[in-house]
Amino acid sequence: MTFSPELEARFAKMIGNYPPGRQKGALIPMLLYAQDEVGAVTPEVIAEVSQRLKVKPLEIEEVLGYYTMLAREPRGKYHIQVCTNVSCQARGGEELFEHACKKLGLGNHGKTEDGRFSLEEVECMGACSWAPALQVNYDFHYDMTPEKLDKLIDSLRQMQ
Amino acid sequence: MNTPTLLRPPHPLEVRVLTRRFEYPRTEPVWLDEYLRTEGYAALRKALDMAPEAIVDEVKKSSLRGRGGAGFPTGMKWSFVDRKSSKPKYIVVNADEGEPGTCKDRILMGFDPHRLIEGCLIAGRAIGSNRGWIYIRGEYRQYIDICDKAIEEAYAAGYLGDNVLGSGWAFHLSTHTGAGSYECGEETALLESLEGKRGNPRLKPPFPAVSGAFQCPTVVNNVETYCAVPDIILQGGEWYAGLGTPRNGGTRLVGLSGHLNTPGVYEVPLGMNLLTIVNELGGGVWKGRKLKAIIPGGSSSPVLRADECDIPADYDSFAKAGTMLGSGATVVLDETTDMVKVLARLMKFYAHESCGWCIPCREGTAWLKKITARLDEGVGSSQDIGLIDQIANSMMGRTFCPLGDAAAMPAMAFARKFRDEIEAKIQSPGAYVPAPGTQPLVVL
Ligand SMILES: Cc1cc2nc3c(=O)[nH]c(=O)nc-3n(C[C@H](O)[C@H](O)[C@H](O)COP(=O)(O)O)c2cc1C
Ligand code: SF4
Ligand code: FES
Repeated sequence: MTFSPELEARFAKMIGNYPPGRQKGALIPMLLYAQDEVGAVTPEVIAEVSQRLKVKPLEIEEVLGYYTMLAREPRGKYHIQVCTNVSCQARGGEELFEHACKKLGLGNHGKTEDGRFSLEEVECMGACSWAPALQVNYDFHYDMTPEKLDKLIDSLRQMQ
Repeated sequence: MNTPTLLRPPHPLEVRVLTRRFEYPRTEPVWLDEYLRTEGYAALRKALDMAPEAIVDEVKKSSLRGRGGAGFPTGMKWSFVDRKSSKPKYIVVNADEGEPGTCKDRILMGFDPHRLIEGCLIAGRAIGSNRGWIYIRGEYRQYIDICDKAIEEAYAAGYLGDNVLGSGWAFHLSTHTGAGSYECGEETALLESLEGKRGNPRLKPPFPAVSGAFQCPTVVNNVETYCAVPDIILQGGEWYAGLGTPRNGGTRLVGLSGHLNTPGVYEVPLGMNLLTIVNELGGGVWKGRKLKAIIPGGSSSPVLRADECDIPADYDSFAKAGTMLGSGATVVLDETTDMVKVLARLMKFYAHESCGWCIPCREGTAWLKKITARLDEGVGSSQDIGLIDQIANSMMGRTFCPLGDAAAMPAMAFARKFRDEIEAKIQSPGAYVPAPGTQPLVVL
């Protein structure tokens, strides 16, 4: 498989950020950036990263299960992450998550059949003062309400 | 992109040091040009002319304490690094910001990234380091991008690189993304993650100052801690110390969230009364309701009942009140709050985030989650309250890293201070209406 030239350039720079011989330091960033481009940490991604960083595939398998953002299977094109931790809970985060479940017809960690949406209940995402908050991929949405969520999902449905 | 300004208009009670460049309504970061126009990198120039010991002394005089959680004196931490060691020395920024309620570091990175870079440079100069990393939680991609761009600007203008401002001293800095793990905010777990491994913590001692990143002497500080350094160097440690209370120097960011009229991130001097913060800056409890409780320093800090909140907000006063200033995250709960529900949610969090490395935490957090869930669902028994205390007590001080304590402390505080509420829920299980399709969590 091949990565885009931008990603290759990023990787090349990244490896230089760690002490000589300790390029494994770039592992987790590399997996995450690769996942963003490819959609998931696939066996091919593992093979490529393993070769670039000179780490064994097993060492990659080891970290995969640990970090919640890394996924072996692609998530939806729009991965909706609703925080229900304490600050969000206080301002309706749990109701918001339930509303998202109904609206999308999904449960926690579910994905729509067309692969457009996936849903996850997440822990605090550092947006507590603007709660309840959610993220669509990397974009934050603050002070959410069920109505705002409906609008957001409807507008995402219309996107190509 | 969805980027409304996250800033509030300045409040008259704020003392703006870290946030002095944040005029309202700012949505864009302060980039290099503007930073330079407003005294940016003046502290670095000054530091380059100072002896490294003098920089550390100035930070000691400021009585700056770590803003990441433990409140350890920063100058002292820096002085633990052996500057003469033949190994490379490293600077690591903890921008993992995972403690529930905490949302301040993003404001600093998002609006004044060069301040963080300048703080790292000065710290690097103080300990004789040539390299640093900013470890940022993966969800903060937008802040990683901002820091990357600011770092690029700083390289291009000679503030970073092989010859910082022609001084002959090299300092390199880059961002490093996490990928979803609260435990990676713990400094030694963070270092493991930086090395490309699972975020399981290391045994201390040796502390990072002796053996940290890549087994070399390392200073790990929170974003806000580094951000305070430029002004300390520019205006002097004594000036900074004078803004706060004895042994609790300076200003800090308080992240206000929960049932408030004007939640937000504000900058206050250490020692401002907690109720003043909540009622003035936070605009008071919303919907005209009364205050029930405050979680005053992030989810791991023991909860305060409303009648315990009339205290100065600094490290020592909070410790005296049996809680912690922690990360400065203040979650306000009104009189209608179901405290059992809050407790159950917190325990679910810790069980999810326990890295599983040591048994008291792995088992303890799982049991606390189960027990508090059934209490919340109205199917617990009165023995469960004692059980919470017993389990939490047997975790305290017996876990490999402080996450065990971080889970046990709020569990004990909730169970002791809101026992009536827990009991009330046990006595009226009828109050519980399960959502369609869910099964009550009866375990044991
Ligand atoms: C479970 C756990 C999570 C932590 N998360 C963070 C965090 O997200 N950010 C942070 O700065 N410190 C966090 N800390 C505290 C760090 O271990 C460390 O004390 C801090 O980075 C030191 O910097 P400071 O002295 O500037 O506060 C955490 C500690 C524990 C035990
Ligand atoms: S206390 Fe918890 S998070 Fe820390 S090492 Fe033990 S299991 Fe892991
Ligand atoms: S509790 Fe939801 S973002 Fe912090």
